[in-house]
Amino acid sequence: MTGFVSLFRRLEGPQTVGRGPAFWSLFAIVLAIGLAYPLFSDGYTVGNTVYFFVWVFIALSLCLIWGYGGSLSFGQTAFFGIAGYGYGVLTLNFGAAYGFTLVAFVAAIAIAALFAVLLGYFMFFGRIAGVFLGIVTLAVTLMLERFMAQTAGPEWHIGSARLNGFNGMSAMPPLTIPWPGQPIVLFADVGLYYFVLGLLVFVYLALRILMNSSFGNVIVAIRENPERAEMLGYDIRKYQLITFVIGAALAGISGVLYTAWGQYITPSSMGMTAAALPLIWVAVGGRSDLTSTVVGTLVVLAAFQALTIYGSQYALVFMGVLLVLTVLIAPNGLVLGAMNWLGRLAARLTRRAG
Amino acid sequence: MSLLELRKLNKHFGGLHVTNAVDLSLEPGEIHCLIGPNGAGKSTLFRLILGEHHPGSGEILFAGENITALKSFARIHRGLSVKFQVPGVFKGLSVRQNLEIALQSHHRGAELEAEIVRLLGFLGLESEQAQRAGNLSHGQKQWLEIGMAISLKPRLLLLDEPTAGMSPEETHMTGEMVQRLNADGMTVLAIEHDMAFVRQVAQRVTVLHLGQVFAQGSIDEIVADERVAAIYLGQAHA
Repeated sequence: MTGFVSLFRRLEGPQTVGRGPAFWSLFAIVLAIGLAYPLFSDGYTVGNTVYFFVWVFIALSLCLIWGYGGSLSFGQTAFFGIAGYGYGVLTLNFGAAYGFTLVAFVAAIAIAALFAVLLGYFMFFGRIAGVFLGIVTLAVTLMLERFMAQTAGPEWHIGSARLNGFNGMSAMPPLTIPWPGQPIVLFADVGLYYFVLGLLVFVYLALRILMNSSFGNVIVAIRENPERAEMLGYDIRKYQLITFVIGAALAGISGVLYTAWGQYITPSSMGMTAAALPLIWVAVGGRSDLTSTVVGTLVVLAAFQALTIYGSQYALVFMGVLLVLTVLIAPNGLVLGAMNWLGRLAARLTRRAG
Repeated sequence: MSLLELRKLNKHFGGLHVTNAVDLSLEPGEIHCLIGPNGAGKSTLFRLILGEHHPGSGEILFAGENITALKSFARIHRGLSVKFQVPGVFKGLSVRQNLEIALQSHHRGAELEAEIVRLLGFLGLESEQAQRAGNLSHGQKQWLEIGMAISLKPRLLLLDEPTAGMSPEETHMTGEMVQRLNADGMTVLAIEHDMAFVRQVAQRVTVLHLGQVFAQGSIDEIVADERVAAIYLGQAHA
């Protein structure tokens, strides 16, 4: 019981912005709006919102590895792709009966995490750091994209799942919850919305607890000064590897949800553009804070989609401009900057009132 | 038995012998100062002891155990601790969090809180505890890092220029801090250029010159040694 209470106490702490009744009231209001929203909207719009939510997990993975851990991974899309293809291969082979899609959901994420264990072991135990980490991870994701791109021929298949090269893999079943009588199929509207929203809230709160724990302390210590962290007796390679694997699993969640959402995945989901965009969402929002990352990602995604109506190339140029502006004006992120400013304002007002 | 024993420690970068067959032994409970002109190999010697560099040949024994092949963090677990030359605090984090990170592997809960409060008091940083460590003055950063280093309750504390950039008063306070730690049984090996500090704390002094042990003895013996004056004190007095 005391363990449970102390776990909840970790929801707030020095590593996460937002504390006290004001913050959690706001959180509850936002959550209530999120829960009620499908009642006032149509299936298509709700499905589109799910699409936004899907990307938040990969953004959180970068927040964890880059923002908190200080290691710039340019290859989170590799884990996205592995998990997405993994889900496709598993469900195309074994179908959706008996809740197998949920098993595939977990298994695909586990495959991505396992890949991260291997890659991360060589990187961190080989003491690769800084810009080289970015180069290695980017190379890995581009290599995977190239590899998947040349699998168009019929000889490229795993069981009955054709890989299909740049045409992408499609027609995998959506997530399906077994239910007596009629299984609940989570199509890309209200059903999937609640599933993803629930998962998002769970992951967000779990990461808050993790980052405010002693583990999170060591992660930010490594970001601030890896040599000092090691000289306090921490085997920093282990901590970096664990963070990297958790991050890969989060990116994997995005990959599986994306694939289940659109029943489709292509190699371009691991390409250069796909690899760069999450960096922009996270940098613009505020990479060193979970809440800023979630808010920033959703805002930037919505803006991006609104602009895409006028042409996707312009939207990409806008993303580039946004990144440059962020780096120049608010290097810690626009959302984080705004939240800190609001915090200071509130503190000043209460001081004046008192 | 010596607490730390260096045997014929060699390290060279290309043709440059940074340390050349260094023999050094520290007795438990002593404060030992390592002096020598710039480039004498003092910081390299620290890096060898800490496992950040690996010697070309020679051995490092700590409390009788050969630790030459151990990784840095494992040496810390054996009872070594260090304060770096350039203060290695976690600049973006608060003073309190810096101490918490150092203490959390040995203490939990209320005990952890009590230790943080005790250390803040020892370091005289109570009123700075909520500040970002990067905003501290240079001297305060040095103390904070000493605090982090001693929070591990090491058997041997390595201090690389603990008083660099400090005023004479701060230097003296640091000396008193080191003496208090030593009175509690901590062995200290300090690299220092400030002779007032060396005079204040050192029980034994080793002079390193061109990667070799040049002279060893009490501070008075070292000061009286004309050869040392020629290479080091002579320059300092000039």
